[in-house]
Amino acid sequence: MEQKIAVKVDDLTVAYNYKPVLWDIDLEIPEGVLMAIVGPNGAGKSTLIKSILGILKPIAGSVSIYDKPYDKQRSLVAYVPQKGSVDWDFPTTALDVVMMGTYGSLGWIKRPGQKEKKAALEALEKVGMLPFKNRQISQLSGGQQQRIFLARALVQNASIYFMDEPFQGVDATTEIAIINILKELRKAGKTVIVVHHDLQTVPEYFDWVTFLNVKKIATGPVKDIFNDDNLTKTYGINYKVSIQE
Amino acid sequence: MDITEYIKLVFTDYTLRTITMGTAILGAVTGMLGSFAVLRKQSLLGDAISHAALPGIAIAFLITGTKDTNVLLLGALISGLLGTFWIRGIISKTHLKSDTALGLILSLFFGFGMLLLTFIQKQPNANQAGLDKYLFGQAATLVESDVWLMAIVTGICLFVLLLFWKEFKILLFDADYTKTLGFNTNFIDVLITSFIVLAIVLGLQTVGVVLMSAMLLAPAAAARQWTDSLGIMVFLAAVFGAFSGVFGTAISATQNNLSTGPVIVIVAGVFVLVSFVFSPSRGLLFKQIRFIKNRRDLQLHNTLAFMFRIAETHENISHPHAIKILNNFQGFTKGTLQKLVRKNYVKLDGSMWSLTEEGFKIASNLYNQQSDNNE
Ligand SMILES: Nc1ncnc2c1ncn2[C@@H]1O[C@H](COP(=O)(O)OP(=O)(O)O)[C@@H](O)[C@H]1O
Ligand SMILES: [Mg+2]
Repeated sequence: MEQKIAVKVDDLTVAYNYKPVLWDIDLEIPEGVLMAIVGPNGAGKSTLIKSILGILKPIAGSVSIYDKPYDKQRSLVAYVPQKGSVDWDFPTTALDVVMMGTYGSLGWIKRPGQKEKKAALEALEKVGMLPFKNRQISQLSGGQQQRIFLARALVQNASIYFMDEPFQGVDATTEIAIINILKELRKAGKTVIVVHHDLQTVPEYFDWVTFLNVKKIATGPVKDIFNDDNLTKTYGINYKVSIQE
Repeated sequence: MDITEYIKLVFTDYTLRTITMGTAILGAVTGMLGSFAVLRKQSLLGDAISHAALPGIAIAFLITGTKDTNVLLLGALISGLLGTFWIRGIISKTHLKSDTALGLILSLFFGFGMLLLTFIQKQPNANQAGLDKYLFGQAATLVESDVWLMAIVTGICLFVLLLFWKEFKILLFDADYTKTLGFNTNFIDVLITSFIVLAIVLGLQTVGVVLMSAMLLAPAAAARQWTDSLGIMVFLAAVFGAFSGVFGTAISATQNNLSTGPVIVIVAGVFVLVSFVFSPSRGLLFKQIRFIKNRRDLQLHNTLAFMFRIAETHENISHPHAIKILNNFQGFTKGTLQKLVRKNYVKLDGSMWSLTEEGFKIASNLYNQQSDNNE
């Protein structure tokens, strides 16, 4: 089966100081997968996403989105940062944050208008946050903040979504709501890449997985490579998860 | 001079009018820009910039030999920008924390500036005196052209702020995300920082190197307490800053010999104090009141729920029980009981209490809620 490659990473090496945090990563992510990136804390999962998105400059290596450099393909990509990366006490409302998803297509100076507002409201509706649209963002629960971030990415109407720990600190209801949205995205042919912590749910939620710990340990379909061998290689200790058939 | 005389003078006296206008405009522009420094948690930035400007003043004097304000402030602007972009360089190239870089440049430039000032003062030149007024500012030296300059810079700043409002907002909230959308975050950052440097340099003559950062931070910190909207915050900060300038000038004009800069800063400080105590949503006072009220409500609810559990065991919900039973219950106080009576949830009869119809209904709801939460 001939499958298009949505994201291709070649020989990527990234360092903050002297010691590389990511070491010679090669990665091909096929179009239309719902992929988990797993690895212990500090493995470089966030760093990998940030390097792919051009937020960090790698020491070496290159990234392409559908065979072109990221710069040329920005409109195809949306990003959900780790929730803790922003100050939620910032003076703004839920709707306003979601509207930020339209800023990229607006470009410089142009202000969002009715069209953008409508798109933002639709995204809020999709994540079940419409009743909270005028809430100050610090008055939202952790799960609600996560939904707002997701809505902001949905507004971008991208082909590829990168999400950094979207399930972090959310309640069970929100987790189900989010995973349903991710599965919907996949059904619509989008590629979704998610940094994920809960190994138990990997087989249930995802069809593709990448094991990462400074180096890439393995990448492929969950049913083929999500096994104790790779888990042990990634997490160091003798790792056992029971995978439901 | 008393207040009425002062008010008359503001409209008639050229000098006082100039100073009042100048400090008001200065307060407005620093307040406006200060919102950005406060929201980026760069509280040291203003201090670093103003201190970095000092050697520029001294060097400009050494080179030109004049004490013309515009020449000296141009020197201040250059060394202020130099210091600021040096800080940015240090932060991005090395792995020093931004506080460390700011503190480092601040003391380095300020130390160098002081050294030059002492050197200048030792020169046998009648012209040298008075440069040290830039340390604490001297509003009395403001002339109309200074005020015009401030007004023009403020106008440009306002225009740029409105033009790039969306870009400023998103950069402040989430810089990484802004980058992924294709915005040149460096450009936005340099733009806003340059205006902060400009505003600070304009204030050196009036408020001085040492206190200038308070003009940047205080109005913005006060404004943050009153609103959850960025636009309103920036607007309020400008208003607070302007009023600090006007009130500060008025106080120092009516109280002989009080120097204007420090008084303005103290007035701005009063704005901060009042805002931190009295803001309805974030202020300490209302937080405390809400806390006490919540605790009272909780006590009331707990007592009611406890009574409900006792009353529930009887066919007749209004069956009287001894008040003594309640003594076993920690949240119970006489005050709570009185309040329940006043709300008509409970009836008292000598040493006995009973739930009313209404009280039973409310209590059963509460009790169900409580047991739901415990699951
Ligand atoms: N801004 C930074 N400066 C220096 N080191 C960093 C920075 N961000 C992350 N690191 C380091 O890089 C490594 C990988 O971090 P990260 O990508 O956040 O890991 P993960 O997301 O997998 O938990 C960690 O060792 C972390 O300490
Ligand atoms: Mg991470």
